[in-house]
Amino acid sequence: MKNIFFLVFRRMRAPLLALIGVYALAILGMVLIPGQDADGNAWQMDFLHAFYFVSYMATTIGFGEIPYALTPAQRMWVTVCIYLTVIAWLYAIGKILTLLQDPVLRHALTERAFAAAVKRVRKPFYVVCGYGDTGSRLVEALMAQDQNAAVIDLDPERINALRLAALPLYVPGFAGDAAMPENLLLAGLRAKHCLGVVALTNDDEVNLHIAITSKLLAPGIKVIARAEHRDVADNMASFNTDHIIDPFEVFAGRMALALSNPCMYVLNGWITGARPLAERVDPPRGLWVLCGYGRFGRALHARLQEEGIDTVVIESTPERTGYPPGNTPLVHGWGTEADTLREAQIENAVGIVAGTDHDTNNLSILMTAGYLNPDLFMVVRQNRRHNAALFDAIDADLVAEASTTIANRIRTLLYAPMMIDFFRETNLRGDHKARELVVRLVGVLGEEKPQIWQLTIDPEIAPTVWEVLAENGLVTVDDLVADNRDRTEPHMAVTLLIRRHDDLIYMPADDVEIHKGDQVLFAGQHGAKQRQFATLLDPTTLSYVRTGETHDPHAFWSRLFARSSG
Amino acid sequence: MHPEKVVFAFFIVFAFTINFAFFVGEISDPDHHHVYELFAAIVVNLVATVLKFGERSQIGAVLLATSLVADLQLIIAALIWAWAVHIAGVGLTPGITASIVSLAGAAMMANIISVVLLVIDTVRFNR
Repeated sequence: MKNIFFLVFRRMRAPLLALIGVYALAILGMVLIPGQDADGNAWQMDFLHAFYFVSYMATTIGFGEIPYALTPAQRMWVTVCIYLTVIAWLYAIGKILTLLQDPVLRHALTERAFAAAVKRVRKPFYVVCGYGDTGSRLVEALMAQDQNAAVIDLDPERINALRLAALPLYVPGFAGDAAMPENLLLAGLRAKHCLGVVALTNDDEVNLHIAITSKLLAPGIKVIARAEHRDVADNMASFNTDHIIDPFEVFAGRMALALSNPCMYVLNGWITGARPLAERVDPPRGLWVLCGYGRFGRALHARLQEEGIDTVVIESTPERTGYPPGNTPLVHGWGTEADTLREAQIENAVGIVAGTDHDTNNLSILMTAGYLNPDLFMVVRQNRRHNAALFDAIDADLVAEASTTIANRIRTLLYAPMMIDFFRETNLRGDHKARELVVRLVGVLGEEKPQIWQLTIDPEIAPTVWEVLAENGLVTVDDLVADNRDRTEPHMAVTLLIRRHDDLIYMPADDVEIHKGDQVLFAGQHGAKQRQFATLLDPTTLSYVRTGETHDPHAFWSRLFARSSG
Repeated sequence: MHPEKVVFAFFIVFAFTINFAFFVGEISDPDHHHVYELFAAIVVNLVATVLKFGERSQIGAVLLATSLVADLQLIIAALIWAWAVHIAGVGLTPGITASIVSLAGAAMMANIISVVLLVIDTVRFNR
């Protein structure tokens, strides 16, 4: 890629040589040919005036015959020179402009600009590969957390979209192949502030390539990759990709959760900010019709079977997608016509899943099915984000859209990976516990979407707490979540989980002691995270929430001033 | 024999020799240093500079640098000349001639380095 600069210089030789040659010739001629001054005396043009004259002649500016009118001999020479110099100029300018337009050179220049922009990023950032629906949502979410991103996408149109997006920070973007290691390095894979790589392209192979490149070139960073095929996901797992996200698997898992643990489903959606608290879904138990047995259909079928729910599968090309295992009945067809749906016993079914990879067909399936059996619980897969208006209009009970699903998932993984542990622990305790938890959290936080964050008790993030612990002082969970403006007020946050070495303390009580190196997960009201900074950074505030007293470190000065004024 | 190499070497040596042609003579005597020689030295040096564009090797970069140094000093010499004759109107006094010629001498040093590098490169290439 660096070769292009040498190549451009090399190609500029000819036009520059032409210019130098023609100028030298013209100037020399003007100096040599004898002229006359205003009184008819012999006069020889000097180099200064010759250079001046040729300069304005060659560029067709034409100030006239300066300083004296030219003799016929000079005029003959000038006539020749005009043609020579103007042609040389046109040739040179044309050639240089063509060189600047050279696509390879322009690419090299944007590449340089991108690398420089990434170097200027002073905040922690993620390398986001693929700026489609998911990527753009993820970048917005990163901005909200006061972090930045470096975006790579194959499609220059998408990079233009990034330029036009109303983002609070400048996000460097580059149109290139993220599967090329050099492009990932340009995007700051090894930069000091780089936290991780998120591979979101719609090609599993490319995502795999990005994941393995990142793991090899920058082993310390976090790698999150999207994978829709089982074998690719297994491959990624084999070299320790931190998180692998299969949008269909995630959605199917969530659907199974809604079927088996409705309260857990509500808690999950509310805490991760995916759904408002009020939104409840109660998928009924009974016979389900699954239209489309592709990746989405297979994932859902497996989960429904685990839940012990009977299904009928409709698939037009089972020889390509594979046959459902066990004794699940299979109906050949699209599911868009009433005949196929009737054959799949739609009248007796309680729910339908329109899960083909074709949006129009999915909508058609729902409309036909709704006509045959109006009480159906409808689940639909949305493939293209720009069809959102249609899917809103059809009023399905659950819409599975990959980009939203993945973006929510990644947000959780990036900001509060302990949430995964928290949900697993809650799940173990059963749906009953989840219901209690929702009630308790709403009591403290209200019904608004809560803020979730986690922190590690170390000297950098929580210097005050560290200092107290170092002096064998006592800091409890209560101190961290107490309202640090008035500690008699209700708490501003709830402590969800503490990780101490390999142990987890689930929903710790208020008097649990904090140790050095603990990782703590909180859920709080909006802005609680920012308010907690005071407790973590200011010794006076921590001392206030611990004891209720304010030890003013400036007491000495107050006394001094009181004395001098008194 | 590569024609491009011939042209390349020709201009580098030519730049040096014509530079010498202007430089040689009594340093403060304007009669020993003709303006045409300075003009030719500048033009040939510029051509040599452009020919050195786009060389990838380390030696190519140094060659280009020496040429740029020579250009700079020759152009400054020409500017001093123009200033003395046309702007200040003092003409070519021995002092001014001396400074023009010494700048040309400085440019010649750069050209000598150029020629030496060219020779080194050729010898190394043949081995």
